[in-house]
Amino acid sequence: MSATLPDAAPASPGEETPERRFPTAPLFLSGPAALLFAALVLTPLFLTALLSFNQFDYATGRTGGFTLEHYLAVVTDEYYLEIFLRTFRISALATAICVVIGVPEAYILSRMSNPWRSIFLLVILAPLLVSVVVRAFGWSMLLGPEGPVNGALIALGIGRMKLLYSEGTVVVALVHVMLPFMVIPVWTSLQKLDPAVEQAALSFGASRATAIVRVVAPQVLPGILSGSLIVFGLSASAFAIPGLLGGRRLKMVATVVYDQYLSDLNWPMGAAVAVILLAANLIIMLTYHRMVEGHYRRRLG
Amino acid sequence: MSFLELKNITKRYGPLTAVGDVSLSVEKGEFVSLLGPSGCGKTTTLQMIAGFVEPSAGTIRLDGRDITRAKANSRGLGIVFQSYALFPHMTVFDNVSFGLEMQRVPKGERKPRVEEALSLVHLSPYAKRYPRELSGGQRQRVALARALVIRPPVLLLDEPLSNLDAKLREAMQFELREIQRKVGTTTVMVTHDQAEAFSISDRVVVMEAGRITQIDQPYRIYEHPETEFISRFVGKTNLLPGKVVTATGAGATVSLAGIAVPVETPGLSVGETVTLCIRPEKLHLAAPAGGLLTGRVADRFFLGSQWLYHIDGPLGTLMVVTPNDGSTPAEQGAPVGLEWSPSVVRVHRGAMAEAPDVALEVTG
Repeated sequence: MSATLPDAAPASPGEETPERRFPTAPLFLSGPAALLFAALVLTPLFLTALLSFNQFDYATGRTGGFTLEHYLAVVTDEYYLEIFLRTFRISALATAICVVIGVPEAYILSRMSNPWRSIFLLVILAPLLVSVVVRAFGWSMLLGPEGPVNGALIALGIGRMKLLYSEGTVVVALVHVMLPFMVIPVWTSLQKLDPAVEQAALSFGASRATAIVRVVAPQVLPGILSGSLIVFGLSASAFAIPGLLGGRRLKMVATVVYDQYLSDLNWPMGAAVAVILLAANLIIMLTYHRMVEGHYRRRLG
Repeated sequence: MSFLELKNITKRYGPLTAVGDVSLSVEKGEFVSLLGPSGCGKTTTLQMIAGFVEPSAGTIRLDGRDITRAKANSRGLGIVFQSYALFPHMTVFDNVSFGLEMQRVPKGERKPRVEEALSLVHLSPYAKRYPRELSGGQRQRVALARALVIRPPVLLLDEPLSNLDAKLREAMQFELREIQRKVGTTTVMVTHDQAEAFSISDRVVVMEAGRITQIDQPYRIYEHPETEFISRFVGKTNLLPGKVVTATGAGATVSLAGIAVPVETPGLSVGETVTLCIRPEKLHLAAPAGGLLTGRVADRFFLGSQWLYHIDGPLGTLMVVTPNDGSTPAEQGAPVGLEWSPSVVRVHRGAMAEAPDVALEVTG
C-alpha cells in the first residue's frame, strides 16, 4: 500500500511521538480482568506454593520455616505414588470413554435438523444444571446394595455385586459429568465444517464410514483435543465424585488434599500434594497438546 | 440415445416444488450449463444428478443405466463444489489421489495419474502443499484435477468460478473449456452468470422457478429468447409494450405509443398486445432528424470498449450501447436519432410483466 504513497512511507519524525509514548488504553482495558485474575487465582496459588515449603509440627500444629520434606515424602512414598497413578489412570480412562461416546454423539447432533437438534442439545447440557454432589448421590442410590441396579442383577439371577466404591463406578460417574465438555467443543468444530467436504468424499466413492474416518474426524481433531484437555483436567482434579463414590479406601489426589487439610490438619503437606497435582496436570496436558496439535498445525492452521 | 438423460425430474419439499418436470438430454462430450437466478432449482437439479438429493419423481439415466436411486458414492461422477470442498488436512497430491484410492487403483498407477491431472491444471509444483497454502484460483484447479483424475463419465460443476475475482474468473472460463475439450468429459455446469454460461457451453439450459424455459445454443438464447424473462435475465434489453396495427404473412407493424415500428415476426394478428424486445447494441445513434425515433442523451457511461447511453424519447428511456471506435461520443443533453433494423426486433406476445427485477427471486 505504502509503495503507492512514497511520501508517506518514511513518515515525518513528528508522527512517531504518539507511538513512543507509553500506551495507556490497553492497560486500562485489560486492567480489571488482570486484577481479578491476580487476586483470585495467582494469590491463592502463590500462597499455597509458599505454604507447601513450610515445616509442620504434629505436636503443636504450628507451621513455619522452610523445608522440602513434604515434597520428598510425596515423591518417595508408595502410598502417594499409587494415588497419583490411580488419579491419572481414572482420568485418562474417563477421557478416552468421553471421546468414544462424545465424538459420535456430537456428529449425530450436528446431522440432526431442528427442532430435534435443540432438544437433544438441551438434554446433553441439562446435567450441568444439576449439582455434581446431587448427581453423585444419584449414582450412589442407583448402584448401592439396595439400589435398582443390584435389584435387577438379583432378579436376573446374577446376584448382588459390589458396585459402589470401585474405580469403575468413579469412571462411569466422571464420564457422566464430563461428557458435555467433550460434546460441546467437538460439536462447535463440526459446525465450522463445510458439509460439501463430506459430500466430496462420498462423490469419490468413499463409504460413509470411510468419509467420516478419513475426512471428517481429522478436521474435528482440534475440537477433540480441547475436549480431552478439559475432561482430563477436570477429572484429575475432581473432588466430589471420588469423594462420594470412591469411599474412604479409593482415594484420588483431590480427596487426599482434602484429608490432609481437614483430617490431619497438615496444611503444608496438602499444599505440596496440590502443587504437585497442578504441575503434573500441566505437564501431561501440555505434552498431549503439543503431540496432537503439532501434528496438525500446518494443515489446519 | 443420449449419454445423460433426465426425464420428468421433480423435487418437492413439502408443498414447495423446487424442481418441476425437468427433462434434459446431454450428449457424450457435451458441455451443458444450467443457467438461472438463485432459487431457480439449478443446484437442486445438479444435486439430483450427483445423488445428494433424491428426486420425488422422474428418472435419471447415465449411459443407458438407471441411476435415479443409486447412492452418491456408487455413481462415480466427478464433482467440483462451489466451495471447492478440498480436504484441508491432506496435501494437494493426497486430495487428488483420494478418489483413485477409493476406486482401489493400485498404488503404482496412482502416482502417474495424479501427476498427469496436476500438470493438466498447471499445478505440478504445488503437489506437496496444503489447500490453505494456495490461492483461490489454485484451489479451484485442485478441485478440478481431483474431479477429473477419476476419469468420470460426467463432470459436474457447481458454480465453479463464483468465488474467484473477475479477472481470474475470465481466465479460468477459457481454461476450463480448454481442459474440457482436451479431456472430452461430458460436463454439466450450474451458474447464475450468463457470461460464464455463454462463453464456455455448447448448450445453455435456462431455468426459472424450478422449470426449464429454454434449451439452446448460447447465441440462440441471446438472440431469440423465448420468453420475456429470458430476455431480461440474459443480458440487457429494452422492453417496449405495443399493439399490432397491421399484419401480413411475413411481418407486421406494431404501434408503440403512436409510433409505427415494422417487425419481421409472422403470425401476429391485428389488435394483439405485444412486447417488443430490442438489445441495446442493436440500436444505433443517428442524426437527430434521421432514424426511426428522436431523443435526447439523458446519461452516458464509459465502459471502456463501449459507451452506454440512456436516451430519453417518446418511448421512455432506452438503453443504447455503441462500440468505442475512438470517435467523439454524443454529449449529454444532445438530441440524437435512433435507428435499427426490423430484423433485430423480437416480439413477445402478451403484455409486459410488471416486476422487471429477477434478483428478487426466492433463494433456495
